[in-house]
Amino acid sequence: MTLTVTPNLPDPDAAYARLLAAHKGLTEAESAALNARLILILMNHIGDAAVLDQALVLARDSGR
Amino acid sequence: MPYDYRPFAYAPPPGLTGPEPRHPVVIVGAGPIGLALAIDLAQQGVRSVVLDDNNVVSVGSRAICWSKRSLEILDRLGVGQKCVDKGVVWKLGRTFHREEEIWKFDLQPDPGHKMPAFVNLQQYYVEEYLVARAQGFPDLIDLRWKNKVTAVSQTGHVALTVQTPDGPYDLEADTLVACDGAKSMVRGMLDLDFDGELFEERFLIADIVMLSDFPAERRFWFEPVFHPGQTALLHKQADNGYRIDLQLGWDADPEAERQPERVLPRIEKALGHADFTVEWVSVYTFQCRRLARFVHDRVIFCGDSAHLVSPFGARGGNGGLQDVDALGWRLASVVNGGDPAQLDAYDRERQFGADENLLNSSRTTRFMSPAPGAERQFRDAVLALAAKAPFARPLVNSGRLSRPCTYPLDAPDDPRLPGATCPGAVAPDAPLGNGWLIDALRGPLVLALGGTVDAPVPVLSPDLTDTLRERYLGSAPRAVYLIRPDQVVVARWVDPPPGAIAAAVKAMEAGR
Repeated sequence: MTLTVTPNLPDPDAAYARLLAAHKGLTEAESAALNARLILILMNHIGDAAVLDQALVLARDSGR
Repeated sequence: MPYDYRPFAYAPPPGLTGPEPRHPVVIVGAGPIGLALAIDLAQQGVRSVVLDDNNVVSVGSRAICWSKRSLEILDRLGVGQKCVDKGVVWKLGRTFHREEEIWKFDLQPDPGHKMPAFVNLQQYYVEEYLVARAQGFPDLIDLRWKNKVTAVSQTGHVALTVQTPDGPYDLEADTLVACDGAKSMVRGMLDLDFDGELFEERFLIADIVMLSDFPAERRFWFEPVFHPGQTALLHKQADNGYRIDLQLGWDADPEAERQPERVLPRIEKALGHADFTVEWVSVYTFQCRRLARFVHDRVIFCGDSAHLVSPFGARGGNGGLQDVDALGWRLASVVNGGDPAQLDAYDRERQFGADENLLNSSRTTRFMSPAPGAERQFRDAVLALAAKAPFARPLVNSGRLSRPCTYPLDAPDDPRLPGATCPGAVAPDAPLGNGWLIDALRGPLVLALGGTVDAPVPVLSPDLTDTLRERYLGSAPRAVYLIRPDQVVVARWVDPPPGAIAAAVKAMEAGR
């Protein structure tokens, strides 16, 4: 499997807004903890080591 | 009743009054590993001298969880059943976060094995049984208590200086096996050091005795209410004994934590009562490290002298017994004129085994004692999710319990046969007549199922049963397995071509 890097969200603005809404009212530490839980949930949903590896590389490289 | 430590008798060794002939094998350390190796060699007719600087069995429970594979090895050495009878049989591990149970594992879901998944038994009992067994070979095992090695050198053979209560003497050996534990003096005298990680986390470990109906299972807590922010582990042992491990944090003062006024309230809080006595307390840190190589010319390292892991996973003592299993038959063969390359195979295979143990042990440590920042955040996220979402439970890591590794052998194989019995794996047990397959697998031998075959080693050809079919045939109608003396599968075929078995036997004897 290959990581999807082309647009895949039917309504990108709404999806982004829901992500922000989930963090609303949280402290920085609580937000970081939520993100950690979310990553684990999505990792399990994906379940494909090759896709996850590509995602990890993309995340690391794009932060530089 | 606390354990009755009876000192073993020191006898002045012959080397004090005149030179001894060179010994084929000298073993340093009469702990479980050194004793097991001496017995394994003796059962193959090979003599050894065992030197130990002390004269009693282990003080404190130390290694307590003996895995199924270790019990099979101990059984072959003549003490397995005694360990099972005296110890506490268990297979269930339960993990809690605060007060909630978040993960449960059953280590032996399938029946049809002679030995249970795990037996908890204090190391001093295992050593006591091994000493008694070793004393049953007076012509082959020369056990020398209060014999401390003070110098080692090698030039084609190994030369030792040994200190006794009556003074020093010299000893020579063709092969020296260092089974002298984590602080190996032999390792130090050869100027060898470990590679790997040192974890700073400190743990309090205590043996306590109490009358309780606590079930025979492993219990592990993350952030328990009785020990906030840390971890705790409780195991039941023989004689109403319990072993409790409490994480203290990296900044704990070991001397202060060892004092009764600190220890007693902590344990009281963990148990919820004060109706217990403390037999032994220690504070430890641990390392996940190993020697780069386990064979250095004529000096061989075996057990903790070669590699160290954290205790969470029971991979120290069990890993050491697997070293013995991989070394005993090869060393016996080399002493009797076999190919010395077999010792390279020991080195290669047990480095592989040690790496698997180190990997598991390091991962557990990371989970139990995460570094501040991302490690801590993901650890806490797993624990928070585990109570609600099943997917997170297998991520909870309180120790991955010892299993024998599968050696990466480049050997004949057939993809139609089951994965669990591939070359490099320990042959699984199964009921056999009124007994057990594991007792009949005294390799080198060929196990021929669903037919028989000609081979240059003995052939075992039992009637097929459902369990044998399931574990050894899968969907194939028949199979031929070549099994090593350590019960590892060397090679397997559905229909071996002419000469294939003989070639595989040769490869095994050449250490390939």
